[in-house]
Amino acid sequence: MSESREAAIEVQGLVKQFKKGPRAVDGIDLRVQPGEIYGFLGPNGAGKSTTVLMLTTLLPPTEGSARVAGYEVSQDGARVREHIGAALQEAALDPFLTAREHMRLQTAMHGLPKAERKRRGADLIERVGLADAADRKVGGYSGGMRRRLDLALALVHGPRILFLDEPTTGLDIQSRTALWEEVERLSSEDGVTVFLTTQYLEEADALADRVGIIDDGKIVAEGTPAVLKAEIGQPSVEAIPADPRRCEDVTRVLAPFGDGDQPHRVGDGIAVRLNGGDSTLADVVRALDREDIEVAHLQLHAPSLDDVFLAKTGRTLEGAGETEDEAPAAESTPA
Amino acid sequence: MSQATRIQIAELARRSIVRTLRQPAQVVPTIIFPLFLVAVNVGGLEAATELPGFPTDSYLSFAIAVPFVQAAIFAVNNGGADLARDIETGFFDRLALTPMSGGSLIVGQLAGVVALGVLQALIYLAVGLAFGASFAAGVGGAAVLVALALLIMFAFGCIGLFFAFRVGSSEAVQGLFPVLFVFLFLSSGSLPRNLIEQDWFRTVATYNPVSYLIEGIRSLFITGWDGEALGLAFGCAAAIAAVFMTLAVTSLRTRMART
Repeated sequence: MSESREAAIEVQGLVKQFKKGPRAVDGIDLRVQPGEIYGFLGPNGAGKSTTVLMLTTLLPPTEGSARVAGYEVSQDGARVREHIGAALQEAALDPFLTAREHMRLQTAMHGLPKAERKRRGADLIERVGLADAADRKVGGYSGGMRRRLDLALALVHGPRILFLDEPTTGLDIQSRTALWEEVERLSSEDGVTVFLTTQYLEEADALADRVGIIDDGKIVAEGTPAVLKAEIGQPSVEAIPADPRRCEDVTRVLAPFGDGDQPHRVGDGIAVRLNGGDSTLADVVRALDREDIEVAHLQLHAPSLDDVFLAKTGRTLEGAGETEDEAPAAESTPA
Repeated sequence: MSQATRIQIAELARRSIVRTLRQPAQVVPTIIFPLFLVAVNVGGLEAATELPGFPTDSYLSFAIAVPFVQAAIFAVNNGGADLARDIETGFFDRLALTPMSGGSLIVGQLAGVVALGVLQALIYLAVGLAFGASFAAGVGGAAVLVALALLIMFAFGCIGLFFAFRVGSSEAVQGLFPVLFVFLFLSSGSLPRNLIEQDWFRTVATYNPVSYLIEGIRSLFITGWDGEALGLAFGCAAAIAAVFMTLAVTSLRTRMART
């Protein structure tokens, strides 16, 4: 097996059709390189969790092929599990056990030698910042602490590939940022491949080297966040004059900077998509100044992953899940 | 059995015991409620010992067998519901991602249930003796009593595991509790079968395996060494264990559909 060339995760035509249920995953292809953070972005019910369950060997695929760590998930499940760690949706912890007891159980289940079990558990608890709370029952932990312990438990056997299913859902921004830092460190320092599902645009944008956008069980876009956003087009600028009577002047000034579309009214201001990208913003400011137009508000709108989702599916990501027919609970229903 | 499997079973059993002991609501009623019910029955039914053919002059000696089976019904409820909760919360999936075998999970979970069952059996025996129950089988009989209680606990634990794997819902497993209680009330728990006046009740009690579990335990208190009663009790418990262990293993395979 050539470690440097072989993908950490390679999926071809993967399908999951539930009995009397939806086709939750509908023929997806993807390839994740070793050490990469791959963001799997989509609304609720898009098929993210079903994909993760198949890749982690917990749900047999209906069709297609998926190789994880070089092993086919449908044939070499045990070998796949040796190389992966997973923190699935909702921190799966026992509220009556302490963090140290969780570590004890998890290390024993993975068959670590006795001497190593205690040391490994203590190291990981320290690493995720739970040393002070290690002997407290998990039932009293905050959401962020539970997620950090969940992550630590997924790492006890030193996996090469880590699956994180919506790891920051429901967390406050501080806990979310702390988890992002740990995931980045795992990838950059330890070379762990991370397959991360999320419905948060900013999470995919901040963490992922590459993003796959899934909707209705199909991957509708894939690439680096920058490339995906660039595909959508140039950023736009929006200017609101201090004097509302000067909107026409603003329109005239902005027109030459447009990429073909005419400036248009947005609320109290005028907006246009810039033909020269965000570097044109300084020229826009100078042009407005030359015309002696006082500006109350000037804003550059860079294309977001939501714009990408909108362009590919005709819907915005936020709220897209509400129109899905597939209930998330159906995803975990074994066929 | 490999060293790794033994460690897995021991750790799963430890977790099962620790988790139960940290939930007083699971432990205290399990011990107190059956004893309370016996106290009520002894108070109200002591006169039953006057009936011709009643096997003892102490209703406590007669009724103290019931808590042993009642505790096993609690074991279905507690052990099964805990496992179902693991399935609901995803803890089960976490375990499924380790090299743990399905057998380790079942044995580990049952070992925890059985360990608590032994503790309960010793408490019931001690309380019974302290309040004047006779124990005809002597010291050796106490060991047989604990062994039988352990097997009954194991058998009923298998019922809990089967339903937990099958339905994966703690609420549904807890719904079994009243159903199993009906089996307890329609048994020879309150009166010897030959003294039950109603034909239908006597028939149901005769076909109800719970009657034989109770009668086996009761024989150690009242009769001493009754081979037939003990054989039927061990046989019924073993049969329940065999049937529901098979069903539990089959359901586990479906539930843990990892590749």
